[in-house]
Amino acid sequence: MPLLGYIQNMVFFSVPLGKLVRRVSRLRGGGSALPGLVVEKIDPGFMRRTLTKLPHGVAVVSGTNGKTTTTKMVVELLESQGLKVFTNRTGSNFTRGVAAALLGEVDWRGKLDADVAVLELDEAHAVHFVNSVPPRYCLLLNVLRDQLDRFGEIDKTAQLLQHIAANTTGTVVLNREDPRVARIADTLTGQEVKYFGLDESLLGTFPNDDDLRAAPGSPAPANLPEKPRADVVLRKVGADSAEFEYDGGTVTTAMKLRGVYNIFNAAAALTLARSICGAGAATADHETLLQALSQVAPAFGRGESLTVEGQPLDLVLVKNPSGFRLGLKSFPAAGYATMIAINDNYADGRDMSWLWDVEFDSLRDGGVDVLTGSRAYDMALRLQYDDVRVGAVEPEIAPALAAFIREGQGKPKRIFCTYTAMLAIRRELSKITTVEVVS
Amino acid sequence: MNPAEAAAAEQSKGTLRVVQLYPRDMNIYGDWGNALVLQRRIAWHGYTPELLEYNVGDPFPENVDIIVGGGGQDSGQLVIQDDLQARAGVLTDLAENGTPMLLICGLYQLFGRFFKTRTGAVIPGIGVLDVETHGGDERLIGNVKVATSEFGEVLGYENHSGQTTLGSGVRPLGTTAKGTGNNSNDGHEGARYRNIVASYLHGSLLPKNPAIADFLIRTAAERRFGSFTPGTPDDSFAVLAREHAARRPR
Repeated sequence: MPLLGYIQNMVFFSVPLGKLVRRVSRLRGGGSALPGLVVEKIDPGFMRRTLTKLPHGVAVVSGTNGKTTTTKMVVELLESQGLKVFTNRTGSNFTRGVAAALLGEVDWRGKLDADVAVLELDEAHAVHFVNSVPPRYCLLLNVLRDQLDRFGEIDKTAQLLQHIAANTTGTVVLNREDPRVARIADTLTGQEVKYFGLDESLLGTFPNDDDLRAAPGSPAPANLPEKPRADVVLRKVGADSAEFEYDGGTVTTAMKLRGVYNIFNAAAALTLARSICGAGAATADHETLLQALSQVAPAFGRGESLTVEGQPLDLVLVKNPSGFRLGLKSFPAAGYATMIAINDNYADGRDMSWLWDVEFDSLRDGGVDVLTGSRAYDMALRLQYDDVRVGAVEPEIAPALAAFIREGQGKPKRIFCTYTAMLAIRRELSKITTVEVVS
Repeated sequence: MNPAEAAAAEQSKGTLRVVQLYPRDMNIYGDWGNALVLQRRIAWHGYTPELLEYNVGDPFPENVDIIVGGGGQDSGQLVIQDDLQARAGVLTDLAENGTPMLLICGLYQLFGRFFKTRTGAVIPGIGVLDVETHGGDERLIGNVKVATSEFGEVLGYENHSGQTTLGSGVRPLGTTAKGTGNNSNDGHEGARYRNIVASYLHGSLLPKNPAIADFLIRTAAERRFGSFTPGTPDDSFAVLAREHAARRPR
């Protein structure tokens, strides 16, 4: 049977071939997905075979906001417990990116030296992924208005997350405070469900999309009738600390992460890490777990602070209205020079409507010094309607950034930027300071 | 009221009342921006804006000068359906009397005769506009440019799967120069009827199309006070935002 033999040979060679393509495409300085594509085409079973052999299986992290930082936290928490973790660190959160990352880690026979895989997956791609590799765990963070021009409607995005949960074989971790996510529990039958949650006192700092324009006092639609108990609750957020409640007690820990939404995601990461450790031989050691949590630094662009000419420069990634509002709330403008960079490339979302769902009153006192990006003038127009003073508008990112650094001499700086604008800014910054450049 | 506001009110050419329809359930893709632009521009023209929200079950406001309504998801449309039918009388009267209205996406469809979903279910509209909409398989997404005789070039962003066809009782807002608009066949976008501007375009629509905002305000002022004396809004950012937006890909 020549045909079968041919296919078997291809499968046998798929890993070495993929690794070779990976090396070649690295030499070319190119993207990360091509080698994944090669393996996916000639050996579609590669990922499933490799990942399902892991002792703790696969955990998928998905949702609109916070996937990258949360995944990073889960990885570091699990590593603190002595587990070897495979993850898709390059931020290539598509199935092909996972395959490409896998190729970098497996040996030439296709064996992966890890106890567990923790994967960040874009909602739409996660659906394809779980169809071929059913995860043992999933962590679903939130459903917010993000790039609705790509997914269609917010309810559809919730359905994508529901599909991920339904294909999970073990434990599903859900955000108790996001009704669209919490309600996924009603549709599940076999899985164990765990929640992470917020103390009442913090709920107001997390308006969800349904509350965006709701009149004062009007009920949020379709909230859960009664809140289920959460495995981990975020109770308080201090300047550089946070208080969590679990196992019936409360504990305060120092935090390097900034921004209340990052810290809420720490509750999510703790819940998932506790599930994974609890399921294995050893349950989690909480002292080392909290120690690891306190050391987690934000993922690139997620409230990360660089130093430029002796002054801090914060990069805050903004992708959707709720993320932008939380960013403005978490990082007050007073004392800072501010720049906003808005691109409308495919990865940013082409629709500018979302800017009109963010209120910019908090920037009124200090104004915004520089606006840049392909939609800099859309942003200028938006700020005009919120009575926010605009300094310079320069759609080209390189000269805009140079002007911002020059004019803001001696002042701490902050840049709110969309995804591709952030990549461009990092490339420029890498010429003058140390910064991790992600392609 | 602080002294500055009191002084402004003293010199105001009069109050214009804007009612936002169903902002709780039908406000997606920044449609709030349209209400904000009306509110600000009314003030920039020297009048006093009063912005009211109308949600399911609320008493309907009196003395309405402008109505603005947005798009929603399928779930939002279901929530408002009965209430909208119950308000069909008052909304039809307002429309027939020439009240200026801006209806975007979902409320554009529901002010029409009906929306027939892909599965054949018929959601009745209130029939103010002689249009009908059929659910389609394809989602129409992207930047749109429309040539109009009344407002010049109109720029926006569409995101819908409904295919809307116009009856003889309405005329299109304009002809699409980029993007799809009402449906995949006719090459036109939106609908005009009396003082109603209906459109699929988000963006939000009014910020980058101040000519439409000013049409609604001028019409409202003329109906309320017999005349309109415009102010001098600074539209230099709008002009530049339009230039840059017009060059972006679909």
